[in-house]
Amino acid sequence: MVTLTLDRLSARYGRRRILSEITTPAFAGGQVVALLGPNAAGKSTLFRRILGLLDGDGEARIGGATAERPVAYMPQDTGANAVLTVYESVLLARMQGRSLKVRDEDLGEVERALGDLGIAELGERDIGDLSGGQRQLVSAAQALVQAPEILLLDEPTSALDLYRQISLLSILRRLARERQMLVIAALHDLGHALRFTDQAMVLESGRLAACGPTERVVTPELLRRVYRVDARIEPCSRGRPQLIVEEAV
Amino acid sequence: MSTELTTGTAASRERGFYRALVIRRQLILAGLTLALGLSLCVDLALGPARFGLGEVIAALVTPDAVSQQARVILWDIRMPVALMALVVGASLSIAGAQMQTILSNPLASPFTLGISAGASFGAALALAFGVVLVPAAVDYVIPLNAFVMAMLTAFAIHALSMRRGVTIETIVLLGIAMVFIFNALMALIQFFASQQAVAAVVFWTMGSLTKATWPKLWIALGVLVSVLPLLARHGWALTAMRLGDAKAESLGVKPRALRLEVLVLVSLLAAIAVAFVGTIGFIGLVGPHIARLLVGEDQRFFLPGSALCGALILSVGSVLSKVILPGTIIPIGIITSLVGIPFFLFLVLSHKKASW
Repeated sequence: MVTLTLDRLSARYGRRRILSEITTPAFAGGQVVALLGPNAAGKSTLFRRILGLLDGDGEARIGGATAERPVAYMPQDTGANAVLTVYESVLLARMQGRSLKVRDEDLGEVERALGDLGIAELGERDIGDLSGGQRQLVSAAQALVQAPEILLLDEPTSALDLYRQISLLSILRRLARERQMLVIAALHDLGHALRFTDQAMVLESGRLAACGPTERVVTPELLRRVYRVDARIEPCSRGRPQLIVEEAV
Repeated sequence: MSTELTTGTAASRERGFYRALVIRRQLILAGLTLALGLSLCVDLALGPARFGLGEVIAALVTPDAVSQQARVILWDIRMPVALMALVVGASLSIAGAQMQTILSNPLASPFTLGISAGASFGAALALAFGVVLVPAAVDYVIPLNAFVMAMLTAFAIHALSMRRGVTIETIVLLGIAMVFIFNALMALIQFFASQQAVAAVVFWTMGSLTKATWPKLWIALGVLVSVLPLLARHGWALTAMRLGDAKAESLGVKPRALRLEVLVLVSLLAAIAVAFVGTIGFIGLVGPHIARLLVGEDQRFFLPGSALCGALILSVGSVLSKVILPGTIIPIGIITSLVGIPFFLFLVLSHKKASW
């Protein structure tokens, strides 16, 4: 099973230090991990550092991976308006680093990714014609089609309506369990984090403020300290923890 | 169960649509190739001595079956010119296509980065003052001057692009700065040069295929054939570049390294083309746009599509340059712009979807 361990991971842009010595226990395949923190806490930078796109000390150790490129990343940016259909743009993500010849297996993977996310009917559309939310789902499909063992998602629900937010996170959790894939998603909705993720790591000004099982990490004390809001966490009618924000501190 | 069935049906419909799209694009490429063949034959047929299409095809297939006069005219005089139109058109169009791709800019072309302007300056130095940058046979002094200046421009932009913090917008601005610098230098040359030299410079900048010879053609073709597979190798990565750097990077592409490599390759293509035929600005800009409208931006189709569109435009331009004023060959750069731009505007305005 794939694992990811962050060991004193740091990152810098030029001389400016963005991440400082992030150390976590090993996250294992099958889990969904929430990456939390206020704006500019370093969440996107952490993803880029894990991918090796930024320099810095420490390391992101991947264990037990079988694929040549085990990590797929969905950035916040959903891409520019190229003259490509949705199907082509997902195929394109699948084919990176491969030969120009497209096999039936590759087409099958494209259809599986689109089907998994419930957007198969968008395949024929030009990507330039999509809404922001649809583009975000296509972007998720571009990451999924790479058959990753570790999937990093930067705010995957930010442009989605409520139904699609819940739907996407449910799908990701199911896929994580079925494929023993480790999913790490940067989220701003702590209610979603409480409901859909197993573990959480919280960043604050480039440092790790907390890390552990989500319901133990996301507490009123942490919300007050890191997010500067007064909030309560109470069980809803179905017994799930729900977050009720009172006011900004 | 019903959800699985629905998903399966949607998947098979999507695959059918994709396969149909691929076949349509292959047919378009085949159609362009046929049109190109026809245009080449017409181009060969036209001139002071006119031949029928049947004669041209006979001369191409079995050169010994036609008269020696026809063979000399068609093979030794017209063929290098007609083929040079195809090679230069394809080279400029590919250069423009990849510049637009790597710079995410619909206005990018060999002109935008000052490569053509550099070539003009190099040629003008030789034409006006006899400055020889690289000693060579008389026939090659002007093309070599143009080539050297075009590549120096490309390397200057390349070197500046390697600096930390340089964005694609900065690269385009550097190119535009180069264009203005060379335009000013050209004006300076024209100010000091003799009237006869100024006329030669002006004629060179209009672009002309008439100086094409078999050796020059082989050189231009050799560069084109060498560069094409190097670009095709990056087909998926280049397509991803059109989604923006952040997206491309997330898919495993290294945008900066790829941009610099492609910049060198397309500069070489453009420099060779401009060196041999002068500045033909329109094709590097418009060839790729027409290809984009016809076959989309998947580089497996876009790269050959751009090459074919560029070659076809210049070949048709070569035909028109002979027939508009019988007995006179109008410089090809003028024809491609005058005839091609209205056609291009028609295509752009009649197309419902914006590609940028």
